[in-house]
Amino acid sequence: MLSRPLLRFVRDDRQIRFMRGRYAGLIVSAVLSIASVLLFFTPGLNLGLDFRGGIIVETHSPSPEDPAHMRALLEKAQIDTASVQSFGSPNDIRIAINLPHGPNAEHQTQQLVDHVKQAITASEPGTQIQRADAVGGSVSSELFRDGILALVCSLGMILVYIWFRFEREFALSAVITLVLDLTKTIGFLVITRFEFDLVMVAALLTILGYSTNDKVVVYDRVRENLKKYRTMPLQELLDLSINETLNRTLGTSMTVFLAALPLALFGGSTLTGFATVMLFGIVVGTSSSIFIAAPLLLLMGKKRLRRAN
Amino acid sequence: MMYYSRLRMLGVVGILLISALLCLPNFIKSPSPSLPWHQVHLGLDLRGGSYLLLQLDTKSLQHDRLQALEAETRRDLLNAHLGFLDMTRDDDNASLSFQPRAESEHLADRHVLDNIASATPGELTVTEQDGRLILTLQHDAMKARAREAVSRSIEIVRRRIDSTGALDPTIAREGDDRIILELPGISDPERIKNLLGTTARMTFHLVGPNPTQQTPGTTLLPMQDGKTSLAVQDQVEVDGANLSDAAATRSEGRWAVSLKFDSKGAEDFARITTANVGKLFAIVLDNRILTAPVINSPITAGSGEITGNFTARSASDLALLLRAGALPAPLAVIEQRSIGPSLGAASIRAGMISLAVGFVLVVVFMFLFYARFGWYADIALFANLVLILAILSLFGATLTLPGMAGILLTLGMAVDANILINERIREEVKRGRKPLQALQSGFERATGTIIDSNATAFLAHVMLFVFGTGAVRNFALTITIGIVTTLFTTLIFSRLLIVRWYAHTRPKELPV
Repeated sequence: MLSRPLLRFVRDDRQIRFMRGRYAGLIVSAVLSIASVLLFFTPGLNLGLDFRGGIIVETHSPSPEDPAHMRALLEKAQIDTASVQSFGSPNDIRIAINLPHGPNAEHQTQQLVDHVKQAITASEPGTQIQRADAVGGSVSSELFRDGILALVCSLGMILVYIWFRFEREFALSAVITLVLDLTKTIGFLVITRFEFDLVMVAALLTILGYSTNDKVVVYDRVRENLKKYRTMPLQELLDLSINETLNRTLGTSMTVFLAALPLALFGGSTLTGFATVMLFGIVVGTSSSIFIAAPLLLLMGKKRLRRAN
Repeated sequence: MMYYSRLRMLGVVGILLISALLCLPNFIKSPSPSLPWHQVHLGLDLRGGSYLLLQLDTKSLQHDRLQALEAETRRDLLNAHLGFLDMTRDDDNASLSFQPRAESEHLADRHVLDNIASATPGELTVTEQDGRLILTLQHDAMKARAREAVSRSIEIVRRRIDSTGALDPTIAREGDDRIILELPGISDPERIKNLLGTTARMTFHLVGPNPTQQTPGTTLLPMQDGKTSLAVQDQVEVDGANLSDAAATRSEGRWAVSLKFDSKGAEDFARITTANVGKLFAIVLDNRILTAPVINSPITAGSGEITGNFTARSASDLALLLRAGALPAPLAVIEQRSIGPSLGAASIRAGMISLAVGFVLVVVFMFLFYARFGWYADIALFANLVLILAILSLFGATLTLPGMAGILLTLGMAVDANILINERIREEVKRGRKPLQALQSGFERATGTIIDSNATAFLAHVMLFVFGTGAVRNFALTITIGIVTTLFTTLIFSRLLIVRWYAHTRPKELPV
């Protein structure tokens, strides 16, 4: 039973001519990324509490609770809500309140959250406050800045690392591919309306790390084959390298996918969005290693990596 | 490459055994209190509780310092029999300036200012412009003062929180002028917010010559009832910092707060009350006058009593605040997050179920796709989990829900190294290598790739750790730890398993 593996993704001797589809891959990718960028501007990301500031209160009632009733209750207490919705189960309500404006907004934000809690517990005695978050304007803009900085610095360090370990063509095509991956993931975020918060930045960074990892493995093989087959045309060599690493590429994508799947299914409100975006990122990152990173290397490296041709 | 010395083998097994021991405190109670018993702490999102981010009001700190400087300057100039015109504080430029009464006094005035500046080296500069003498607070000195104020505030916040009975709160500095407060188990932090919302700075002042009008050197402050106000002198005669005790008491049928001064406070109090019999004496708390009684006779006993409109609760809260000491400047809450205990419990369940399901899925996958070497990868995967938990326990680190997600993703990524090695070995076998050679070159060639691919993920998550906060930082922490443990469990431990297996069975064919 232990003598041979039971399953395999692709037969070892199969040679798929991926590079034939290079233009199709690049065009599809470019179109999707451009569409994502457009989506980023309109309608834009659904910014979460971390980056938008304001108040989120989540309540749990012993019996199903009507959001309209809760909204009316808060209106009576002169609280202006941005949205009151059921989430998870009909007993759970999520109340969002926008950041107050004016000179004393920071202080008001922190007082308002207590005000909301009091209004709810006073008129709905059985209702529990599950979560009460209030993020002031100064904090949210700092968190946003730090989130963007983390993304940009990661990309920069990955660029430097690959440049250092490989060659310029490899580093540039890797980073271009990563940017394409990233824009598509952001487009996915816009469409799904998942809240973009710090946890999402973590998801984006993990996707970046994972996707880079995937490209590094393929590039590693390309570099090895460049030394091994001194006369093979670059296109053929890239196909060979991708095919040689294909079982590994699919295998690792699968294990990461399997690890993220239960988070998306059972992770609760905090992790569902995070894990779903991860799953999307894994699919995008894996396909881009084959259909984007390698064709880019072919385009950029034609002259330099294979002067003979 | 294919040989592990006995010593190395013992080393690997030893590390794993020690790690397993380090994990124990998370599952069983300490058998003896003398044993070091480090546990992973659950984050606020898992156990329920509140997180508050407090911002120190540095403007007020500067304002207070300027006010004290003005009082000092006025006193020193008067003591030196020097006059001045139009003394003004400028909060925007952090400066205090005045016009000498006469050109002839200019040098003497400057000498007084230089003396004041020399008392605190580096804090003040003395300059002149258009005939005015200007005392300016240096930016760096104010920053240092803010940092020091945060340190003092942390002490006072701790004392105030402790007296409310909150269990193991975490109070830490954040940046130059912020404090992070974590209160496990307290999902409604309203009382604590109120307790922190008052600086509780109590000072004793003489009332100005004209009690109803603000004159230079005095400030018009509202009375407790908010209806009337009194002009009190800026000069602080006795500071609440010199209190040694405070308690709520009943006096003539009403609630009051009794005070005891330390020796310096008692001395100041005696001196002022002796010299000013018959005058009004204002007790000021956070820029409000609690009460302003007439000094009937010198008070030399070093104790006193404040009467005002107290209730039992407000008298005991004020006594608590006075005992804990005054904050050097107001603290404002700028971020607040609280989680109820039932949501925390639900998150723990969600995290554990995800971890278990994810682990099983990866284990089954590895077996189906890699047979015997897949099992070895699975054993290494379990060892990886033990190592991560051991490191988190050893440092008493916190685990949040995103942290648990980080562990799970680490496990998903960890087998990548095994997959790389196995695929390499398989290729070598296909190329017609003998088992030993195939294993050897498989390991050798995969190692470089494994290190490269992990290094980039490591970099990305270090960035997240540097720039992230709270739960996200925990995610970055578990992934970063996971990358390091992965290198150990795959490159050293699972290889050891394969090498041992090979040495025992000497197979003619490899199960790849």
